[in-house]
Amino acid sequence: MNHYRTQILLCSGGACISSGSESVREALLREIKANGLEGEVEIITTGCMGMCEIGPMMVVSPEGIFYQKIKPEDMAEVVREHLLKGCIVERLLYKRVDTDELVRFLEDIPFFKLQKKIVLRNCGKINPEKIDEYIALGGYEALGKALTSMTPEQVIEDVLASGLRGRGGAGFPTGKKWQFTAKEKADQKYVLCNADEGDPGAFMDRSLLEGDPHSIIEAMAIAGYAIGASKGYVYVRAEYPLAIQRLSTALDQARANGLLGEKIFNTTFTFDLQIRMGAGAFVCGEETALMRSIEGYRGEPRPKPPFPAQKGLFEKPTVLNNVETYANIPYIIMHGGAEFAKIGSGKSTGTKVFALAGHVNNSGLVEVPMGITLREIVYDIGGGIRGGKDFKAVQIGGPSGGCIPKEHLDTPVTYETLPALGAIMGSGGLIVMNEDACMVDVARYFMDFIQDESCGKCTPCRIGTKIMLDLLNKITHGDGSEQDLEQLEFLAGQIGQSALCGLGQTAPNPVLSTLRYFRHEYLEHIRDKHCRSKVCRSMLRYSINAAACKGCGLCKKACPADAISGERKAAHHIDVDKCIRCGACMEACPFTAIEVK
Amino acid sequence: MSENEHRGDCGCKNALYRQLDAYIASVPRMRDSLIPVLHQAQSIFGFLPVDLQEYIAKALDVPASEVYGVVTFYTYFTMQPRGRHTINVCLGTACYVRGAKQVVEAFSELLGIKIGETTPDRRFTLTAQRCFGACGLAPAVMINQDVHGRVNPKKVAELLEQYK
Repeated sequence: MNHYRTQILLCSGGACISSGSESVREALLREIKANGLEGEVEIITTGCMGMCEIGPMMVVSPEGIFYQKIKPEDMAEVVREHLLKGCIVERLLYKRVDTDELVRFLEDIPFFKLQKKIVLRNCGKINPEKIDEYIALGGYEALGKALTSMTPEQVIEDVLASGLRGRGGAGFPTGKKWQFTAKEKADQKYVLCNADEGDPGAFMDRSLLEGDPHSIIEAMAIAGYAIGASKGYVYVRAEYPLAIQRLSTALDQARANGLLGEKIFNTTFTFDLQIRMGAGAFVCGEETALMRSIEGYRGEPRPKPPFPAQKGLFEKPTVLNNVETYANIPYIIMHGGAEFAKIGSGKSTGTKVFALAGHVNNSGLVEVPMGITLREIVYDIGGGIRGGKDFKAVQIGGPSGGCIPKEHLDTPVTYETLPALGAIMGSGGLIVMNEDACMVDVARYFMDFIQDESCGKCTPCRIGTKIMLDLLNKITHGDGSEQDLEQLEFLAGQIGQSALCGLGQTAPNPVLSTLRYFRHEYLEHIRDKHCRSKVCRSMLRYSINAAACKGCGLCKKACPADAISGERKAAHHIDVDKCIRCGACMEACPFTAIEVK
Repeated sequence: MSENEHRGDCGCKNALYRQLDAYIASVPRMRDSLIPVLHQAQSIFGFLPVDLQEYIAKALDVPASEVYGVVTFYTYFTMQPRGRHTINVCLGTACYVRGAKQVVEAFSELLGIKIGETTPDRRFTLTAQRCFGACGLAPAVMINQDVHGRVNPKKVAELLEQYK
């Protein structure tokens, strides 16, 4: 093995690749060669480092200097100044948004400082395509420990003691699931991983599979040992080609190293995994639907019981956990369930990964101990709202979750507190919204999503969500009435109680939570035909400020509806009846004389 | 398009069908191979017309009606030919609140097609999707397999130029 004096960790997460990290790598390689440093400097392409907003990024170790927003043309300077002379290239350092201070080390950036990494422990530190690097950081040790020094019961005991709960959304205790499945007697059992990350705004499973695929394989093998299963499937969205590619590379490596297959660690334990690609159906994130999809059928859910622990995939006892849940398992086995349970708050132990996005300064992936407040996530880690605007709400839990307003920002994030506020932990998508987001439109957006993704098997979901969507469309078009709100609330209750699966049962949540905290916005749409965020187009009124208008005529030219009239060099006028509210005039006006209300 | 007009039972084995046959031979002849085979077939042929579905049904011994049921259930599968490049505008929450709607409109206007349609010259198909996990780069657009981040309506024309 070569010894290098310097190793450069270059983020190759999905986001950094699209920001150009591949061409940065090529440029860096070229510069290293040109300076004859091939034997001294190694480039390690890693999974997601988390702060997607400022990518591509890299860490030069052993010093640990963190460079961000790097471009191929910066590499000559990095090699010349940093690698040859040992001088830091200051212009590529991270600058704190609040103090303008330059930060040299990744750990000192507020975004990273408050995080606690268990799940993402290896993401951004190792090359996900090299099993040796995973093993070097303690990978597969937990599997070895479980197989050679623990009974399956002891493994389950440890997971129970950890208090780990399902990270896919519902928060069911993982140890219990394993225990129920282990108890069943069957000739074949299955271990499944749900990587059908469908909630819009959540991308931690993607980053985990892309950045640390071996941790999932290891955890699934441990689960297989605990429940007595020899086969497993990872069900991944087709929309994640890079995750599929890295996971299949990892599977090949695990097999080649005897970590999957027969007689693992010289025991009698046999286990192997297959990848199954989803095909674009949100409902397949529901466990029974996911199993139908693996079996080759339409992914429609079925009533429970029987639960998957009794009758799951191919009618056999099955354990199904989410990617993030699995990523906790090796840590629990190595450190013990009791140690894990010390992290977090009350019945919500451990950490949670959130995908922070929307109108926030630092978007990316963050892993925080349970019990942290939303304010800490949005302001201390996320760096607050972009462009100095006002915070309005944070949407948590995707289409099954809700919008939490400013007054509840100090709520600690746990499995218990969020439902009390009308949201859920969900898979961890956290979309921050500023004053530009119309909460009625957000509710409409999620209902449109659900209505589109409803599989159609049960009537409450198929028809109910359609009626709710129609009502919301009516309101956002300025044709709503106050009875519509009552009707929405009535339907929400009915659908929540009578839909077949989790998708339908939680579908009304975004509407209910926005009605609860932002009823005034609904009423403004209905009574005043006014959308304060200027999102609902049919309510906009464009007009020209006569004092600012120079009569240049550009708006008149830009208007596709001939709604603008006026003589040259005289103030122009918009005919509201003809105006189609496209905003073309506003873009065309060089004097910002066009106003919208 | 002539190769797609071959019927499964016509005995004619052109190159595309041979590729598909090779894949079918490599998987167990079981019901749970259906979705992987459909994925493979779509990547070989570009879409899944009814005659291709019937061919697969026969090969896997699954009723053709059920193959049709599966193809129409999953949005990833398409029965319409696609353009050479598929534009996929993300309409996930993060992209939505950061202006993805306007990006779709810009594509739509520039190409003269709506979501789900293909340009007459088969250069582009415009689709929209709910989140492909590039929320840090919102609004994001995926063209074929390349993710483009922070797209705004003004960047759209320039983006299309990269795909001939």
